[in-house]
Amino acid sequence: MDLKELYREVILDHNRTPRNFGRLEDADARAEGHNPLCGDQLSVTLRLQGDRVADLRFEGRGCAISVASASLMTEAVKGRSREEIARLYGEVHALLTDRTRAPAGDLGKLMALAGVAEFPARVKCASLCWHTLNAALERAPAPASTE
Amino acid sequence: MSKPAAVAQAAAPAAPAFDVARVRADFPILSRQIHGKPLVYLDSAASSQRPLPVLRAVEHYETALHANVHRGVHSLSQWATEAYEHAREIVRRFLNARSTREIVFVRGTTEAINLVANSWGRDRLSAGDEILITHLEHHANIVPWQMVCAATGARLRAAPVRPNGELDLEAFRALLHPRTRLVAVAHVSNALGTILPVQEIVRLAHARGVPVLLDGAQAIAHEAVDVQALDCDFYAFSGHKVYAPTGIGVLYGRESLLDAMPPWQGGGDMILSVGIDSSTYNELPWKFEAGTPNISGAVGLGAALEYVEALGRRAIGAHEHSLLEVATERLAALPRLRLVGTAPAKAAVISFTIDGVHPHDIGTILDSEGVAIRTGHHCAMPIMELYGLAATARASFACYNSLEDIDRLLEGLRKVRELFA
Repeated sequence: MDLKELYREVILDHNRTPRNFGRLEDADARAEGHNPLCGDQLSVTLRLQGDRVADLRFEGRGCAISVASASLMTEAVKGRSREEIARLYGEVHALLTDRTRAPAGDLGKLMALAGVAEFPARVKCASLCWHTLNAALERAPAPASTE
Repeated sequence: MSKPAAVAQAAAPAAPAFDVARVRADFPILSRQIHGKPLVYLDSAASSQRPLPVLRAVEHYETALHANVHRGVHSLSQWATEAYEHAREIVRRFLNARSTREIVFVRGTTEAINLVANSWGRDRLSAGDEILITHLEHHANIVPWQMVCAATGARLRAAPVRPNGELDLEAFRALLHPRTRLVAVAHVSNALGTILPVQEIVRLAHARGVPVLLDGAQAIAHEAVDVQALDCDFYAFSGHKVYAPTGIGVLYGRESLLDAMPPWQGGGDMILSVGIDSSTYNELPWKFEAGTPNISGAVGLGAALEYVEALGRRAIGAHEHSLLEVATERLAALPRLRLVGTAPAKAAVISFTIDGVHPHDIGTILDSEGVAIRTGHHCAMPIMELYGLAATARASFACYNSLEDIDRLLEGLRKVRELFA
């Protein structure tokens, strides 16, 4: 077991200085995530433009893995459509849980989470932010039709 | 049954009073490697490990004695019954209860408290009555009372805890109220290690005629527990916290109280006779033991308590206390480390946080070094909230821990600081 695989420099950096940290006051949707195992809490607020997530923020407290994962997620999904986000989530989920499968698309910096798959107890830490984002998107009003 | 390691003979004053190497040899799991490193097990407050005499007693029971209890006329059934009831007698002796009628086998502390909440509580509580607990209870001594309160209209009150983790005894006294019907408190806090002033608590409650339940889950392996000296009315504990298997525990209850309580669960073994319209319940303690019990678990518990008696509870306590003192001093000296729970009277549990590092990360890094600690809210969320914390890291010590274990913990924490510099 190699700790450096889990705590890669990108993870430590995003834990130290999380990007898109805080909350959007004019959010279209928000959701709270909670990991009852460790008491970690996370909230995601987002603003939509049509079908796309125009902006989002997260805040909360958690371990390095959960904070870095949330920070990386906000960078990765900003500007993307719901469909693109759903596809990306599928890839991240596979990355976190399946050591044998190579990701289909280019995950960019999210690849820093590859080490989590070696640590089953920590998968929930890394996926909490995605579940919270999905909950927020489900709650978000469907985009108004322009037709 | 093999004898546990003997306590070392009195030696030079500087020598340890306790032969920890011999004790360790009784616990096969301690020779395991974790991630290529020798295991350092500092999570006994969650569950302790089992010594060979316990494993052998269970094996002997399963391979030579097993049948159902209290039923057959055949030899095995009689031997199984004897083994099971002998374990009850060992528990009685260990707790210094007056009679085995006061010793009810249950699955663990949680079931013991649920038994009291349901059997004692539902009949006696009504709207306006109060149950008094403290802020540092384990969820197992909170949620059953919430449930019985919801069913009866009674109210759950919690006595506050001071910043160092001590019970605020004055506030506790003030919360003892004419409507208080039961006091239910931990003997030792699992999250902080605080030893509660249970004798004083019992005295205050009894002065008002209020019975007291003690949650002994964290105390049973570390404190002298004499239910007559404590004068408590109920005492609950789990076998697996005191070197016995999981799935077996004990509710001690004062006979006059148990006698007046209705059965909680119905079924076989708890009856004398059954008709279609009504049944006659069995005597104590079997009235509370519906269904085939965890016989091998009880046998294992009996062996575990004998193991503790052979090592000597006082010797174990002194050994653990010296580990607590050394570990506390060394941890407190580390930069950015904060001890959570610093009551003067503590069992061998150290909860801590490190600024800038989440307890889960501490736990993972220590695990990679072979050091097992607990991280999280320790099933005691109200006390965590009091400290403004979602989680802490917790190292807890048992009879088999050594000074080398503390060295390894400190080495692991150095790795934590390096990685999260």
